[in-house]
Amino acid sequence: MTQPFLSVENLFVHFPTVDGIVRSTDGLSYTVERGKTLGIVGESGSGKSVSSSAIMGLHRNTNAIVSGSIWLDGVDLLALSDKEMQARRGQDVAMIFQDPLSSLHPYFRVGDQIAEAYLAHNNVSKAAARKRTIDMLGRVGIPNPERRVDDYPHQFSGGMRQRVMIAMALVNDPALLIADEPTTALDVTVQAQILDLLQDLQSEFNTALLLITHDLGVIAEVADDVLVMYAGRAVEYGKAAQLLSKPAMPYTLGLTQSVPDITSSVDIPLKPIPGNPPSLLNPPPGCPFAPRCEFKHLVPDDRCTTELPLLEANGADASHLKRCHLADASVMYTQTAAAGGRK
Amino acid sequence: MIAFTIRRVLIGVAMLLAMVFVTFVLFFAPGNPAVNMCEKYCTPEKIDSISKTFGFDQPITEQFGKFMSGLVVGRDYPVNDEYRAILAEKNPELVVHCDAPCLGYSLKQTASVNELIAKKAPVTISLAIAAFVIWMTFGVLLGVIAAVFQGRLLDRALVGVTLVVYALPTFVIGTFLLQYAAIKWQIFSYPRYQTIADGGIFGWATGLLLPALTLALFYMAAYVRITRAYVLESMSEDYIRTARSKGLPERVVLFKHGLRAALTPLVSMAGLDFASLLAGAIITESVFNFQGMGLLAITANKDSDLPVLIGLVLVAGAAVIVMNIIVDVLYAYIDPRVRLSK
Repeated sequence: MTQPFLSVENLFVHFPTVDGIVRSTDGLSYTVERGKTLGIVGESGSGKSVSSSAIMGLHRNTNAIVSGSIWLDGVDLLALSDKEMQARRGQDVAMIFQDPLSSLHPYFRVGDQIAEAYLAHNNVSKAAARKRTIDMLGRVGIPNPERRVDDYPHQFSGGMRQRVMIAMALVNDPALLIADEPTTALDVTVQAQILDLLQDLQSEFNTALLLITHDLGVIAEVADDVLVMYAGRAVEYGKAAQLLSKPAMPYTLGLTQSVPDITSSVDIPLKPIPGNPPSLLNPPPGCPFAPRCEFKHLVPDDRCTTELPLLEANGADASHLKRCHLADASVMYTQTAAAGGRK
Repeated sequence: MIAFTIRRVLIGVAMLLAMVFVTFVLFFAPGNPAVNMCEKYCTPEKIDSISKTFGFDQPITEQFGKFMSGLVVGRDYPVNDEYRAILAEKNPELVVHCDAPCLGYSLKQTASVNELIAKKAPVTISLAIAAFVIWMTFGVLLGVIAAVFQGRLLDRALVGVTLVVYALPTFVIGTFLLQYAAIKWQIFSYPRYQTIADGGIFGWATGLLLPALTLALFYMAAYVRITRAYVLESMSEDYIRTARSKGLPERVVLFKHGLRAALTPLVSMAGLDFASLLAGAIITESVFNFQGMGLLAITANKDSDLPVLIGLVLVAGAAVIVMNIIVDVLYAYIDPRVRLSK
């Protein structure tokens, strides 16, 4: 069996604080192939961004403890020295952030900021870098790139700024692109354009894409695989179509049910998940979702609150993993239907 | 950019005019200034003579008008025409012409305020420049170092030491440096002011070193802490994460991306602090006996020499306004977002 392109294995990211260790990512594993998209979903603080920043090597060893392994094209990124990682950052792995306004330096021309990324990894002249920059700006759909290359970030609209960020991330043809909530700060019509652009560029460059979002609509549209995170752990992992249409774990079900459906009546209220995510400081024993789970009484012996479920195959389907003590997920649907819920 | 600069200069001129008016009213309107200037052994004749010399016998609006026209075309003292005519016959040396821009005339020192200030200004300006160079260089440098080593021993030591220095009064630091560094241990040459023409750049700089250091230490202490805070703030911004994720070396991230943003607020502070030094460093000049504008202010204050005081206030105010304009224009140069805003 060939090794997957990106393979995150048993990744831990812990932050020691005066109150104790914050377990932001606790034993996370997943794989992504070239040209494919993995969507990572979860609510704020579930470890989506923290685990992805670890791939970029953006955690500083002064305040974070990162362990496990991150294999990218046969190389363990976590075993690299700072210097070696710096050479790969922006070259093999690039990242797009949530808010393009604050992510671009306000004092430098966008062209210079993009060229800087190119020059950091390519021994070329400034003129060549500028030509490459204008080329990239054109490819991400910025009109008049020869003129706009000398503009400052504040002279662009939100969507155009995110295009600049994408151009900056892709300027070195990275094999892996991490997009951390790339559309959250944008309005809906622009969101769709940016997603289309990302998909087009992905197929053009054959990039592996790690798409972090809490927007299930985005996931459904773009992702091949989906990883659902909760309290620093993967709780469900599988093919997007299957996972979203038939969630095998109560948290994922809750997520799908809390999204408004344009076809359903406005009289039916949305069904939010009650309660709050647990503290990452002292996680409760058992399933992290148990305190908020409405199905835990279906599992005998209080196992949900005493024993952490393993991430294992959902029934016979080995490509669909879940972290849940419920042996048969279909009971969730019968009970929800009986309670008059949505779907 | 040009329109921006012109606008700032016009606002500066308006501020300058307002400042002249307010200063004039504050100094000359309340009570009888002739009595205030008269000091001991005052006789009605003496008061009358001072009144006529400076024109206090005229309405305040006319006094202000003459003051303003003096700034533009110069003026003659005594201001009262009859008195001047009498004096011209009796005592011609007491009739003086003050060239534009005339700030006033000092009876006590029998010299125009312009001459007095022109004589002292080089000392004060030299001192301000030397102090500025020292405190900006070391203040920013140590501030960046403290930020890089945030929370570690070096950072704590720097922050602690600067706090102590900041708390020490200027005369303590100044006296210490003079008594020990210059006189007892003779590490530095005895501080005295030499013009560049006399002593060359080197003589000028070494003569200034100790008083400039005295002034600089105070500001440096503040700038270390402020630079540290601004650098820490800018290094936690999202664009720093972007710079790192591009694969730039940490050195470039810190000095190009981080420091650039941190320097912006420092520039505006530094401009104003420099301007305040241009008014004269009273304590430092006293400790080192540097004949600058600070000492001139002390003498004028002691002698109730109102024309000199008003002249000094105007020069200091003008320095602040001019520095403000320079800072505004510089700011627009540094921060492209300011350039385009109205």
